[in-house]
Amino acid sequence: MSKTVLAINDVTMQFGGVVAVNDLSMHIDEGEIVALIGPNGAGKTTAFNVITGVYQPTNGEVILDGKTIAAGHPTGKIKKIYAGGHNGEYTKSVKNTPDKITKLGIARTFQNIRLFKNLTVLENVLIAKHMRMKANLFTDTFMLSHKEEKRMREDSLELLRIVDLYDVRGEIASSLPYGKQRHLEIARALATEPKLLLLDEPAAGMNPQETDELTAFIKRIRDDFKLTVFMIEHHMNLVMDISDRIYVIDFGKQIAEGTPAEIQNDRRVIDAYLGVAEDE
Amino acid sequence: MKKKTKVICSLLLAAAVFVLLYIVDINNTGNSMLATVLQLGAIYALVAVSMNLLNGFTGLFSLGQAGFMALGAYTFGILTIPVESRGMVYYLYGINDVLANAALPVPLAMIVAGLVAAFFALLIGAPVLRLKSDYFAIATLGFSEIVRILIGSSPLNTVTNGSLGLKMIPGFSSFFTPFLISGFCILVIVLLLRSSYGRSFKAIREDEIAAEAMGINLSKHKQMAFIISSFFAGIGGALLAMFLGAVTPTTFPVKLTYDILLIVVIGGIGSVTGSVIASFLVVACKEWWFRFLDQSMYIGAFHVPLLKSGFRMVVFSLVLMIVVLFFRRGIMGDREFSWDGIAAFFRRLFRRNRPALSGADLPAGDERNGGDGHE
Repeated sequence: MSKTVLAINDVTMQFGGVVAVNDLSMHIDEGEIVALIGPNGAGKTTAFNVITGVYQPTNGEVILDGKTIAAGHPTGKIKKIYAGGHNGEYTKSVKNTPDKITKLGIARTFQNIRLFKNLTVLENVLIAKHMRMKANLFTDTFMLSHKEEKRMREDSLELLRIVDLYDVRGEIASSLPYGKQRHLEIARALATEPKLLLLDEPAAGMNPQETDELTAFIKRIRDDFKLTVFMIEHHMNLVMDISDRIYVIDFGKQIAEGTPAEIQNDRRVIDAYLGVAEDE
Repeated sequence: MKKKTKVICSLLLAAAVFVLLYIVDINNTGNSMLATVLQLGAIYALVAVSMNLLNGFTGLFSLGQAGFMALGAYTFGILTIPVESRGMVYYLYGINDVLANAALPVPLAMIVAGLVAAFFALLIGAPVLRLKSDYFAIATLGFSEIVRILIGSSPLNTVTNGSLGLKMIPGFSSFFTPFLISGFCILVIVLLLRSSYGRSFKAIREDEIAAEAMGINLSKHKQMAFIISSFFAGIGGALLAMFLGAVTPTTFPVKLTYDILLIVVIGGIGSVTGSVIASFLVVACKEWWFRFLDQSMYIGAFHVPLLKSGFRMVVFSLVLMIVVLFFRRGIMGDREFSWDGIAAFFRRLFRRNRPALSGADLPAGDERNGGDGHE
């Protein structure tokens, strides 16, 4: 039995009167590739933002490797209008900023690519290595820690070699073709040495060939870096091909969970998500 | 280009600058305009680079530089005015007993000046850095004004000498002092920018959300950049106090911040080299080359119109507008000086000229000649 890397327990995220994520519970086990799918506006990215510390959950908790990294319960104004479930069960309040979450071992990519556009490919990766650095401002400025800097560079170049970006290491990030930018964003996330990698629509805007490449790429890095991958994706081919398990949410609520084969034949998913049942 | 060649080139350049400054120094009889402009240019260069660290590299649009300079200048002044002449400086209000005998040697006082500015940056940093873009600019601008007004306010008369300001601040012991101090400080900033911390600052400029997702602690790194920038602005203020010999609250108006911002913009936001070049150019234009515009002029019997006191600033403003409209990226954009860049420039120059000169194209030979010509 493999151990659970990430557990989301009864998470509700409410903005004013809008419940973006409603009573969501998931678990992701070590080495799995899990996909999160759902129609537009279902709350997938909000769920990611809760996991990565952008938002503190209104209710519920997020646990990474047995450590609570985010937790909340309705307080203040939201208490009166709280519309989610499990009210009153959680009393802890834990808030971590995104940088701390990354340090704890969750790295992410973004739906719309967010590279450091005017910096080189190598610099993009080096920046992700910064937080693991031991040197302080003084020793780093006066090059007293040049050994560490050198090691950082070597590690980054090695990483670029693995992800096939070594040849373009000196290029400005925004000058890369779209597919490569996606790869670079994943490489940058890998440079933070994560246990869990969150991919927010990695195949968005890609043609079928690029998507196939990406599928192979994600599988490869999962094995090479011993990662657990949690991804949001709309390309069904990619999702069905790559995922060990799939969660489906709609209107913030989980409507199905299972293997790709189970999901493909799930009535609720077909009704809510694929919407092909109407003419039957 | 090889590393060794680069080092030799750099040393040669440093030597050339030194020789030029030396020539200016020995020809400096009394008040040479060139010497003054060079010294002031060096001081402004330091402040401009410190501002660029914040505005250009960390992406925090600060307008508080004059305030931090004032803090540095006053700290430096209070600590270095000779103890025996303090009675004369503070003749009207008297001097605070604690400060009456507090004196430090110039180098130490300069570091303390920087530290005081940095301390105030630390104090206001936490609340101010929570603000974004324009609001941050307004808050720092406000801080700068508060500092200026507090310095001139009566409760602090025995410390800052109110609106009378400080006089008899010791000047530079040698012509080279401002260049050495300013050069050293700029070197430190350049080293910082090339370190991993410098890269993180740039990451914050490029994309805050991505930077945070990559594990960069935003508040800590912004605070760092803010404090370092203020530290060097404080040292710049101390240098300005030495240069002027006397400071009053009106030495540090908001206009001073804008002057420095102009240098940063003209030089190129995000380029240290640009800031340095621009500071000498701007100071020379303002204080020297455009001076003739302030005097009425006759060509033969023709009285040239418009030329009268203050017209210089009109022309200066026009030049600025042209720069901002047509050369928006400034002199250097976000590029930096590098020997590789220079070599590439000459190679391009040779490649372009060679066919025109010889009438034959020799691509292989061209490459070699271009390279040899420089190295």
